[in-house]
Amino acid sequence: MTAMTKHKSLVRLTAAEIAAKIASGELTAVEVTEAHLARIEAVDEKVHAFLHVDREGALAQARAVDAKRAAGEKLAPLAGVPLALKDIFTTEGVPTTVGSKILEGWIPPYDATVTKRLKAAGVVILGKTNMDEFAMGSSTENSAYGPTGNPWDLTRVPGGSGGGSSASLASYQAPLAIGTDTGGSIRQPAAVTGTVGVKPTYGGVSRYGMVAFSSSLDQGGPCARTVLDAALLHEVIAGHDPLDSTSIDAPVPPVVEAARSGSVAGMRIGVVKQFRGEGYQPGVVQRFDESVELLKGLGAEVVELDCPSFDLALAAYYLIAPSECSSNLARFDAMRYGLRVGDDGTRSAEDVTALTREAGFGDEVKRRVMLGTYALSSGYYDAYYGSAQKVRTLISRDFEKAFEQVEVIVSPTTPTTAFPIGERADDPMAMYLADLCTIPANLAGNAAMSLPCGLAPEDGLPVGLQIIAPAMKDDRLYKVGAAVEAAFVEKWGHPLLEEAPSL
Amino acid sequence: MTVIELVPYEDALAAYDPVMGLEVHVELGTKTKMFCGCSTGLGAEPNSQTCPTCLGMPGSLPVVNAIGVESAIKIGLALNCEIAEWCRFARKNYFYPDMPKNFQTSQYDEPIAYNGYLDVQLEDGEIFRVHIERAHMEEDTGKSTHVGGATGRIHGASHSLLDYNRAGIPLIEIVTKPIEGAGERAPEVAKAYVAELRELIKALGVSEARMEMGQMRCDVNLSLRPHGQEKFGTRSETKNVNSLRSVERAARFEIQRHAAVLGSGGTIIQETRHFHEEDGSTTAGRVKEEAEDYRYFPEPDLVPVAPPREWVEELRAGLPELPRVRRNRLREEWGISEHDMQSILNAGAIEPIVATIGAGAPADQARKWWMGELARHANETGRPLDELPITPEQVARVAALVASGDLNDKLARQVIEGVLAGEGDPDTVVEKRGLKVLSDDSALGAAVDEAIAANAAVADKIRAGKVAAAGALVGAVMKATRGQADAARVRELILERLAPAE
Repeated sequence: MTAMTKHKSLVRLTAAEIAAKIASGELTAVEVTEAHLARIEAVDEKVHAFLHVDREGALAQARAVDAKRAAGEKLAPLAGVPLALKDIFTTEGVPTTVGSKILEGWIPPYDATVTKRLKAAGVVILGKTNMDEFAMGSSTENSAYGPTGNPWDLTRVPGGSGGGSSASLASYQAPLAIGTDTGGSIRQPAAVTGTVGVKPTYGGVSRYGMVAFSSSLDQGGPCARTVLDAALLHEVIAGHDPLDSTSIDAPVPPVVEAARSGSVAGMRIGVVKQFRGEGYQPGVVQRFDESVELLKGLGAEVVELDCPSFDLALAAYYLIAPSECSSNLARFDAMRYGLRVGDDGTRSAEDVTALTREAGFGDEVKRRVMLGTYALSSGYYDAYYGSAQKVRTLISRDFEKAFEQVEVIVSPTTPTTAFPIGERADDPMAMYLADLCTIPANLAGNAAMSLPCGLAPEDGLPVGLQIIAPAMKDDRLYKVGAAVEAAFVEKWGHPLLEEAPSL
Repeated sequence: MTVIELVPYEDALAAYDPVMGLEVHVELGTKTKMFCGCSTGLGAEPNSQTCPTCLGMPGSLPVVNAIGVESAIKIGLALNCEIAEWCRFARKNYFYPDMPKNFQTSQYDEPIAYNGYLDVQLEDGEIFRVHIERAHMEEDTGKSTHVGGATGRIHGASHSLLDYNRAGIPLIEIVTKPIEGAGERAPEVAKAYVAELRELIKALGVSEARMEMGQMRCDVNLSLRPHGQEKFGTRSETKNVNSLRSVERAARFEIQRHAAVLGSGGTIIQETRHFHEEDGSTTAGRVKEEAEDYRYFPEPDLVPVAPPREWVEELRAGLPELPRVRRNRLREEWGISEHDMQSILNAGAIEPIVATIGAGAPADQARKWWMGELARHANETGRPLDELPITPEQVARVAALVASGDLNDKLARQVIEGVLAGEGDPDTVVEKRGLKVLSDDSALGAAVDEAIAANAAVADKIRAGKVAAAGALVGAVMKATRGQADAARVRELILERLAPAE
């Protein structure tokens, strides 16, 4: 085998396979890292998944893993496996932009807890991935640094906000990635790129060092090409963090064990009435219905559920998330870090702040800051933010009632397949609909996963199946996900991603 | 700036009834900040006590300081408040460069303590009950220093320096309900309230509450209404009034100013005002045309604070004796008047006196030294009593030397002077300066004989039975011995020599 073909096959390995080969000595972490760096160099000009590639940092980490192994130390389960980190997590000494001009050039002085845990586990961080500015969007077109292409069709979006992470997986630039999910930013990109993405239970993964969009909804989580890889990564990043007050102080659900023992036999699975109808692409509905049949075939009992408040979820989300973001983004004032515009010695601090925010924030960010500022204003608070919080409670109750009857809920992840770049750029409402099925789980704080369930016949693009579990029952996602994945791979004869065109 | 002709105080009160609201911010004395682990120590290099959280760096998150919550509950309990079973922090949103996140983490409609009162004692002993609306937890801002202007204010400055060491230091904001019915005593009530609150905070051990260091800051809200009117008038908010005397003066000035404006047919503008120490006046600050919209909402980065009842009761049981109760007890123990106790309180002498008594001195002696010689010295040097370079133990030692006859008052004063001058402890000063009372008869005898010889006329009077004249001879001996003689013994020796034979 030539070095070139070895590299080529190497980047197609799963994270679990790479880790095993490094642990056994068949591969070195440096070799693996170099192969992925070469892949990035070869294809990322077309895909634009990365905003920053940390070649030196990645190789240094890989060398450290190899040295550890050479010294006879036991390696952590994902030691030496490369990963693409969404550019929303702070990385000490490595730029963090959140896809925004306002943080261009900012070098954080500290690591996010997720970053720290990845490093401690020997995971090799290749670089920082593209995203919608401040994670606001469903296409990655809102990045201040240009859009990312969907590896299935580079003229289409890879989803968002974590389009860089999903695209890096689908284009074999990394076997693992980290995303964040406020309204679907892990699951929707996973769905439209034929990859796996998990939004853990709110509080399951520390938010410390994750630049805030909407604090009560934001949740970091694992992205991968297989359910098992996602579980392995989930285990590395999850768990209580004293630096995040909303972090849950309880053992991490047994996700890896669940992913290794996938089964739905005898399980009661819910299908929510509200997750279909107008706006759903026929091919998406078709693949979803087939998935439900597949689950039945695997021994699950499928129950139809009515969750009437889910119809209000999108509206509630677009009040709560902008409200929190209007406050979270107030700190970008040109005083302490990031962009500074108009500081010519004549202008006041107030003017410099205004000019900087005008120049540094993109349209979608401004739109949401304004929406949120309005929704929190006195006289409007009760009607907007207050009502939205009530809807949130209703949605949680609908979930509670549902989970009295079923162990998990399934739905399409997003109503359509990947749309063309530019198609919805000027139509925020159309863009917001991409998160119709994912938002309820954020509002309730549940755990949810998206995994591939086929290609829509009309456009040949991936469709995602969403699985939703109660809070702190993340393991159920993996148990069901692993069973579905195995059944589909058997049916298709290969993982779905192998049908993607080579770049 | 319009110069207002103030209305005489009595005239203002004759026409109007003042209503006050006092907002006091107390910086807690916790070792670390309210939401991060940074030190709260004073005097550090600018921006050296900061971290991603208190600098508001992207991605950083707050974690509540448990001691901060405990201190807030203690203050609430001491103010007879109800303690919330469940409350949340809220974000108060507004832009200012010294506020790192451009929102202050505070509490809004769910304060940790509410509905309390504080009884304050006025100078004549009258008790005035001030009702407490709430006490809530929040964080301090950084400090802006405006450079290049004449006044140190932002107006006219060429640039500003920001120090975030103070950002995130825990604050408790204590807000009174409208204080009504104080009438002409409103300024006195304001001062007495802040003084009592300061004593309370110190007694709880949650802060040193030093106003001159900004550890306790007071905003005085004041309005006037015609007598008999129920509706409050428009208020002014005089910010950062930072001494007890200033609180009183600010309230008084505002009463006179409001009365002047209202009396000439004008209207009071709701605005913040700056207080000026130099002349006790206030000047207009920011106009608050409408209530500023802080867009409060519950802080999503923190979980609710739900202090278990058992813990609250434990804290209640552990509260120290409250200052007013303690003062009354001490006053009775020491057998002094309300007025004397008030003077002692005003002089900041309670703790030094208690400590001196604790070191063995009789109460009257301890009081005498701290309220006499030492208070004078404190006054002259402009330092608080408890910062004088003399300890209660040293004062007690001086008192003991007087009691044993080793020193008389005059010598004792010299010993204290020596201690204050850094010459050592009382015994060292006595030895170095040679200040022992002379009571040795042979040494004194010569001085007495000299005095008799030099004052023959006086001596004759004594011989003639006018014993009262002996004072003049005692004085002469004391003078000759530079005050070191034991005056009682001198008198005995004089009378032995001159008393008419029985």
